[in-house]
Amino acid sequence: MNIDISRSSDNSFQKYSLPNEDMTLLQALNFIKSNLDASLTFSVGCRASVCGSCAVRVDGKEVLACEYRVKDNDKIEPLNYHKVRRDLKVDKTHTAHLLKRVSSWIERPQDVALSSEDEKLTEKQSDCILCNSCYSACPVYAITPDFLGPFALTRAYRYSIDKREQNPKRVIDNIQTQGVWDCTLCGECSNVCPKGIDSKMDIMMLRGISVQNGHQDPSFANMSFGFDPNGGF
Amino acid sequence: MVDILIIGSGGAGLSSALSSKQAGASVLVVGKSYPTNSQTSMAQGGINASLSNIGEDSIESHIADTIKSAHGLCDEQSVRDLCTNAPETIAWLESIGVPFSRLPESHQGIDSISQRRLGGASASRACYAQDYTGLKILHTLYDKCLKEGIEFRDNYYLLNLIVEDGVAGGAIFLDIYSGEVVQIDAKSVIIATGGYASIYHGYTTNAFGSTGDGIACVLRAGGGVSDMEFIQFHPTALKNSAILVSESARGEGGLLVNSNGERFVDELKPRDEVARAIFEQINSGRDVFLDIRALGEERLQELLPQEVALCKLHENIDPAKELIPIKPVAHYTMGGIAVDYTLEVNGINGCFGVGECANAKIHGANRLGGNSLLEIVSLGRLAGENAYKYAIYASNKVSSSNQLQKDREYIQSIYDNTPSKSFYKSREELGEIFYSSVGIIRDNDSLHNALKSVVDMQVDLSQMGIEDKNREDNSNLVEFLEFSSSLLLAPTIISSAIARDESRGAHYKEGFEREDDINFKKHIVINWRDEV
Repeated sequence: MNIDISRSSDNSFQKYSLPNEDMTLLQALNFIKSNLDASLTFSVGCRASVCGSCAVRVDGKEVLACEYRVKDNDKIEPLNYHKVRRDLKVDKTHTAHLLKRVSSWIERPQDVALSSEDEKLTEKQSDCILCNSCYSACPVYAITPDFLGPFALTRAYRYSIDKREQNPKRVIDNIQTQGVWDCTLCGECSNVCPKGIDSKMDIMMLRGISVQNGHQDPSFANMSFGFDPNGGF
Repeated sequence: MVDILIIGSGGAGLSSALSSKQAGASVLVVGKSYPTNSQTSMAQGGINASLSNIGEDSIESHIADTIKSAHGLCDEQSVRDLCTNAPETIAWLESIGVPFSRLPESHQGIDSISQRRLGGASASRACYAQDYTGLKILHTLYDKCLKEGIEFRDNYYLLNLIVEDGVAGGAIFLDIYSGEVVQIDAKSVIIATGGYASIYHGYTTNAFGSTGDGIACVLRAGGGVSDMEFIQFHPTALKNSAILVSESARGEGGLLVNSNGERFVDELKPRDEVARAIFEQINSGRDVFLDIRALGEERLQELLPQEVALCKLHENIDPAKELIPIKPVAHYTMGGIAVDYTLEVNGINGCFGVGECANAKIHGANRLGGNSLLEIVSLGRLAGENAYKYAIYASNKVSSSNQLQKDREYIQSIYDNTPSKSFYKSREELGEIFYSSVGIIRDNDSLHNALKSVVDMQVDLSQMGIEDKNREDNSNLVEFLEFSSSLLLAPTIISSAIARDESRGAHYKEGFEREDDINFKKHIVINWRDEV
């Protein structure tokens, strides 16, 4: 079995031969590093889909290397829109900046009554492992590099509906610029999430909450509807 | 110079960062990857606190269960403090927003948290968040750190502590991005670098990076390590991939059966006993399976969604319909840096150790499920407070140590060396040696042979090194340094196991199958001394 892996040293793909065994991409990468080419560089962690280290693209689609079964002729590349450190390893320092802009945390806690129904509201959103697959799949980054993006907005949603927060409006106010309205609702983020998180749906929910909090879609606000508001009907 | 340098950005490191920052210290958290990549994310089952939310429980029972499981090797006062503070620890986690699983009907605050029973526990005591408890605690701690403006330096690999006249003054790191060797000065240091179970390479639930780097640094800097022989084997890892199936699978009613379809052990006994029972079945030629089919598809999805996905992916089986093939593998290291009850490292003033890298004498010879998440959060916060108290009066004079120069020369020597042996092969061999000879059932002959093998490997280390000579982002170099850490710790584990001619908790030795309190109800501590 042969796979092609993007190498940053000369900006090209390098072909590697693997034993014809059923293996995960992460096992394949480790096999290459230990036996064929010690210079191949990638990020690795838990092997169990929970540390968020090993996301890459295979034939253009984001996957966790530890949970993707490698196939003949697969083309392996680093995540999109990230600074490539080396080969498949990318710089993820922007993650913290995005989360800070959103302020995705409990600012002022309050003691409230909770039930399993409340837990269910954010159960899926809090499965996020910050692997950045959604960020890489989001086409908005091609034109708006400062877009808050799917994982930060999902986290915003997760905290904005947490009953333990006294002032959830803070989070909503923080996602109006280059945030919730800049999404095209294409759903690519939801397609690639290894945890099955539906960021597109979270963003739609956030739009609803934004409107309830007095915000509006800026493109909608500036849009002409073909009548003169001063002209009367 | 920062007040407190925290090395390691998992649950223990983040908890100590938050408490020391809250106390008023300037804090820097340094880690070899990003904070949310850490081993804490892998903890699944739960975090113990006697809340009595499901059935009767008491703090005294939590203390009694922990002491019993420790087989006489814990510090009873430390256990008492930890268990007594556990409800307060949960209340703090609740206040920062951890999305715990809840009881069906509405309750106020932490009374609303659902609890499950884990092995060795006399009550349903583990608070959980589905089977993502560690992940959700870790990410919530990280969110809180972002709120508090905690400063991070990611992708820094710890090379050595700076210690002068027995006092910590910071540490030396490899900046993985640039390849430069840098010094960070601090009034006090907290080591929270995780355990060493990755020495069982290929036979561990742990991430690749659990190589005991911080513990190795403490040994080199003149500190001590203790109880290194006590390594917990998790009874149920997937047979092919060694990926963990949480104890909560048994807590929720999962059964263990052999290839004849027979049960052979009480599934909720402590981990050491269950692991041994499974190992004996496997040694006598039978396969062992975890059977969670009785829970049904819907409950499995609700209680153990991660397990279901991992079984499908790594074993190609549907646990709602099929048996899960399992084996016991190395999971948690009870031993580590010898610290006192304030968590200060024995032999190094101003240096604190917390989490799996340290031996706070909570778990003793065998850790209870649900107590390690409790430890990293509760003692993590304690370490932050104690490091701050120390830093108030500590000198802010920059150390005149030549450690930076030594480490630069060391890294250069690795670049200059052309390896004739692959450390990747040795890493696998080391894993094999440890699983077969320093594993679940030990004997002195095998242990002596293992010791000889690892000493030979240490001699061979000079012929190993890096083939990749790039300076920037050199993971070949980092993995070599990690392997060197593991290899440095290997003899301390084996020597302690040889010295302990008895069986106690996770350490089980053929020919010495009983606990021998007269000779061995004590900790084996190892220090390095310069030869005079």
